[in-house]
Amino acid sequence: MAKQGPGSGTKYSVWSLARNALSHHENWTQAWRSPEPRPEYDVIIVGGGGHGLATAYYLAKVHGVTNVAVVEKGWIGGGNTGRNTTIVRSNYLWDEAAHLYEKSLKLWEGLSQDLNYNVMFSQRGVMNLGHNLQDMRDIYRRSAANRLNGIDSEVLTPADLKRMVPIMNTSKDSRYPVLGASYQPRGGVARHDAVAWGFARGADSYGVDIIQNCEVTGIRRDNGRVTGVETSRGFIKSRKVGVVAAGHSSVIANMAEIRMPVESHPLQALVSEPVKPVLHTVVMSNAVHGYVSQSDKGELVIGAGIDAYTGYGQRGSSEIIEGNIAAICELFPIFSRVRMLRQWGGIVDVTPDACPILSKTDVKGLYFNCGWGTGGFKATPGSGWAFAHTIAQDRPHELNEAFALNRFVSGALIDEHGAAGVAH
Amino acid sequence: MFIIDCPWCGERDQSEFSYGGEAHIVRPVEPEALSDNEWADYLFMRKNTKGRYLEQWVHSAGCRRWFNAVRDNVTYEISATYKPGDSAPAAEHAEGTS
Repeated sequence: MAKQGPGSGTKYSVWSLARNALSHHENWTQAWRSPEPRPEYDVIIVGGGGHGLATAYYLAKVHGVTNVAVVEKGWIGGGNTGRNTTIVRSNYLWDEAAHLYEKSLKLWEGLSQDLNYNVMFSQRGVMNLGHNLQDMRDIYRRSAANRLNGIDSEVLTPADLKRMVPIMNTSKDSRYPVLGASYQPRGGVARHDAVAWGFARGADSYGVDIIQNCEVTGIRRDNGRVTGVETSRGFIKSRKVGVVAAGHSSVIANMAEIRMPVESHPLQALVSEPVKPVLHTVVMSNAVHGYVSQSDKGELVIGAGIDAYTGYGQRGSSEIIEGNIAAICELFPIFSRVRMLRQWGGIVDVTPDACPILSKTDVKGLYFNCGWGTGGFKATPGSGWAFAHTIAQDRPHELNEAFALNRFVSGALIDEHGAAGVAH
Repeated sequence: MFIIDCPWCGERDQSEFSYGGEAHIVRPVEPEALSDNEWADYLFMRKNTKGRYLEQWVHSAGCRRWFNAVRDNVTYEISATYKPGDSAPAAEHAEGTS
């Protein structure tokens, strides 16, 4: 089955929609296959979230490596890919991070066309609010740094904010008054499930095997080099293994006896009942710790913070939600009587400098893409793009060179706590 | 949210406590004698195992003293708390599930 990329099977278009309408939509072909694992692959990707699927897609598309399997213990996109608040932006402070996230944002801008799959990327702008003088100094600094890096960024006054988002409480009397914001017009949101599905379909169209319900239980090594993975569906041989396991990165690293500077924490989000259009942009605040946007269905999508303690249970503390909702209601008094529909948690792998690890390891042929912490969704295409390069060429791309594991030894950390915060 | 049994004060709500990360990491006696790798290991690398985890807590809104806890970080059940310097209760099975 030699295929040549997205759309080489059934191309999604207005014509295919019309054609399938005639047969009552009963003859759509599967978007991707569900093959049995083969005994050996050139590359195995551990973890079928957005980042893992994107890695497989760009391995095939950019590097011509198509004998690839993505193994996923549950279902694709069922982890943090389907649990985030779908915000996309690239306004990071330091050059290294800004370049990586901006590469990602550029890929987002052409992603639906590239994948022939509507990821509903909506550049509705992202605001990061400041509530005190130091917030505002940091916002001016970050905004200037962004512009020097060719990233769109503006500083808004409370009057600008009130004009753009009339429902926002910009009163001087509020507990943490809004003093201004940074604004990235090219930022926005995307449909997170569609991102996983689009990359899965794209990777599959190049011949990548997506193997769900297949849990990795061991990393087999021989003489310091990886030889394959033990899974719940048997041993699969490969000389290159890329691990993209988010909150479970340490679990996989421990299998290969690699020490990782990450800790796993629950991060929560919640959505309201659908309401009529009321918020057309994304509003985030690190200081009072809440961020909110409105989905196309009308739900308010609200992000909270991480629990201070580590945890692998995909749920979080009620006190985190309480603080989060208090902040949201202070910012948007109109939301105080909106009812919440669902609340959930995802397990995020947090590094000491709030920056990811995209790196080779001491085990030859074993690569790690982790540590995205609280803000990995926005990076999905760029992360996959850079990690595919790292695996295919056995060396990092210049975009992710600085994000190697050995920065924790050299001390060359990239402190993005300001721009990453927990808000994403 | 859960209840933590402070070894000094008894059972209190988790919100009274602050988290201190992995327990039993000993500060090197002679940091200057360490290699960069060893220092990085002490400073940054964490077990972060899934399942039974030995960790530090401090009773911030109470006696303000540190102690250690044995917590299952999947179920969040705390099976024991003990004072600093005491050794961890023996595990019923191996630490962590991996």
